Amino acid sequence: MGRIVDIFDAKRAAGEKALMPFLCAGRPSLEALPDLLAGVENAGASIVELGFPFSDPIADGPVIAAAMHRALEAGVTVDAIFDTVEKARPTLKLGLVAMVTVSIVTRWGTERFLDRAAEAGFDGFIFPDAPLEEAESLVGAAGERGLTASLLISPTTTDDRMARIAALSTGFVYLLARIGITGERSETPDIGARVAALRRITDLPIACGFGISTSEHVRAVVEHADAAIVGSSLVHLLEKASDTGADVIAQGARFAKELAVGLPISSLNR
Amino acid sequence: MTTATPPLSELPTPRGRFGAFGGAYVPETLVAALNQLERAYADARADTAFQTELDGLLHNYVGRPTPLQFAPRLTEHAASKTTSAAAARIWLKREDLNHTGAHKINNTIGQALLTQRMGKKRIIAETGAGQHGVASATAAAKLGLDCVVYMGAEDARRQRINVVRMQMLGAEVRTVNSGSRTLKDATNEAMRDWMGSVENTHYVLGSVVGPHPFPMIVRDFQAVIGRETRAQCAQQFSALPDAIVACVGGGSNAAGIFFDFVDDAAVELIGVEAGGAGLLLGQHAAPLSHGAPGVLHGSMSYVLQSDDGQTADVHSCSAGLDYPGVGPEHSCWKDAGRVRYTTASDAEALDAFTLLARTEGIIPALESAHAVARAIDIAATMPAEKNLVVNLSGRGDKDVDEAARLLSEHR
Repeated sequence: MGRIVDIFDAKRAAGEKALMPFLCAGRPSLEALPDLLAGVENAGASIVELGFPFSDPIADGPVIAAAMHRALEAGVTVDAIFDTVEKARPTLKLGLVAMVTVSIVTRWGTERFLDRAAEAGFDGFIFPDAPLEEAESLVGAAGERGLTASLLISPTTTDDRMARIAALSTGFVYLLARIGITGERSETPDIGARVAALRRITDLPIACGFGISTSEHVRAVVEHADAAIVGSSLVHLLEKASDTGADVIAQGARFAKELAVGLPISSLNR
Repeated sequence: MTTATPPLSELPTPRGRFGAFGGAYVPETLVAALNQLERAYADARADTAFQTELDGLLHNYVGRPTPLQFAPRLTEHAASKTTSAAAARIWLKREDLNHTGAHKINNTIGQALLTQRMGKKRIIAETGAGQHGVASATAAAKLGLDCVVYMGAEDARRQRINVVRMQMLGAEVRTVNSGSRTLKDATNEAMRDWMGSVENTHYVLGSVVGPHPFPMIVRDFQAVIGRETRAQCAQQFSALPDAIVACVGGGSNAAGIFFDFVDDAAVELIGVEAGGAGLLLGQHAAPLSHGAPGVLHGSMSYVLQSDDGQTADVHSCSAGLDYPGVGPEHSCWKDAGRVRYTTASDAEALDAFTLLARTEGIIPALESAHAVARAIDIAATMPAEKNLVVNLSGRGDKDVDEAARLLSEHR
């Protein structure tokens, strides 16, 4: 469980919180990924959730779904993602969590997929369409390779189920800030009560995502949770930068820095 | 002590497994709704009042039972293709005579009643050919529910009449422009809607696909087709049918007519997938014939995918069969060797479409025409005293423009 656990342990020891940007692998290009990862790391990100593009992402809203479709149209493959991450890994300190559908993992074969992910330097997984009942073997297989697997907890999840999800998860649990799909939102999420309930049943760090779009949202989330996950607003910005010919890496880093303003002061790397 | 495998009719397991297939691969947000649906369905099944209400609607509103009708001129045509000039008698199970023109309404009436039981006021549905969309809009109007139907833009084009029908019934039709702009993409959008509306909305899934408990519930509501068929065969020729043929897209009409017979080994069951324009990936919509096990739309089943698990493009002249996945129970029946799955091409389906119209005076849905095409060949291999039933799952009014266009290209 190495790096993910170490990152959260260190954050907790220092009384700090973590920023977890989401990137769609292959957007705007796989060539840009190493610099993009380094850019958000320098801007204060502790862990990156790297989404594997999928043709039918039912939990994703139009921004991430469109980015995934564009990546696939450009010919981004799972092999190419692993190769790129493997090359970039030695220069990075941040944790790398793969967000990948069971459709891809099943087709590859669980063992083969996880072996290659471990070899490439991933530290953990989020399987967004593997709920408790389907996740046990995946979490076990990840654990055998020293990798974490974080299950999702939704506002619709019952208390009893929440306890079982937390018990199965490793590394951190992923708390959905809202029902619905991924996407930018204007309202600030209210997660205080749910985080408090979750703290009573688990010591695992809590990362919160879905609709976290601004530094204000980040501030509201990390007031309770250990980490804020920001996806659609960052992906949207990168897509726009790419479409207008702007410097994607600089823009990504700038936005990550802006989001990091929502973290408590001591959380900033520099 | 021996551990006997349970009969196929006792599946799925409580966790929604049909052998290696099925399950519920969905985002956590939907789990509570699936659990709620499973409980509501278990309650309803045990409630005679629910069953009485459903039966009443099926009888008086939908028009059940649908006839099982001998097709003498189609049988003669099949016989004329053989050297012995004999073929099995072909019978048509006339699901096309249901209100709204297809079997789909058996399921939507049942699920709309479940929606009421769960205290929800809004339903959403995906549709390919538009038959499930029309049947959902109809059930919603009948039972006073709000209805939104997601339909791929390509399907809305080729099944325009059904779009108008849904709107006339008071449903909102949302066309989907992502991906291949067909049934798979409409299903994605319906699931995304449900992710955000799950607390007041029921998703009326239209086929035996998707996460547990949908494949079981839809099968059970469609199983009335097979139960009626059994009784009608007994009445009309005092025997079980020797073979039953049905088309398979997601597989709900086939599951509906097969289910009552899966434990009767003497009855040969044949599912016909869309062979489309050819054998290459992208030219057909036949996951059981040409695909491999994988996960799509919440369940493990045969699916058409790339080596990376990306859903493949599919093709069929029939919008209702134009889907890269199939119900998990069919995958189980395939691997168990209980049902034989084969294909009919676009051209074969179009020929059968015309043939049935001219021999029996019935214009079938292009979907059902796939079953008719293979049924003729199969009947021709069987002795004259045998009986073959084709599930005529829908009527072809919706297809006349598209069929005329394809036939003129074809000739």
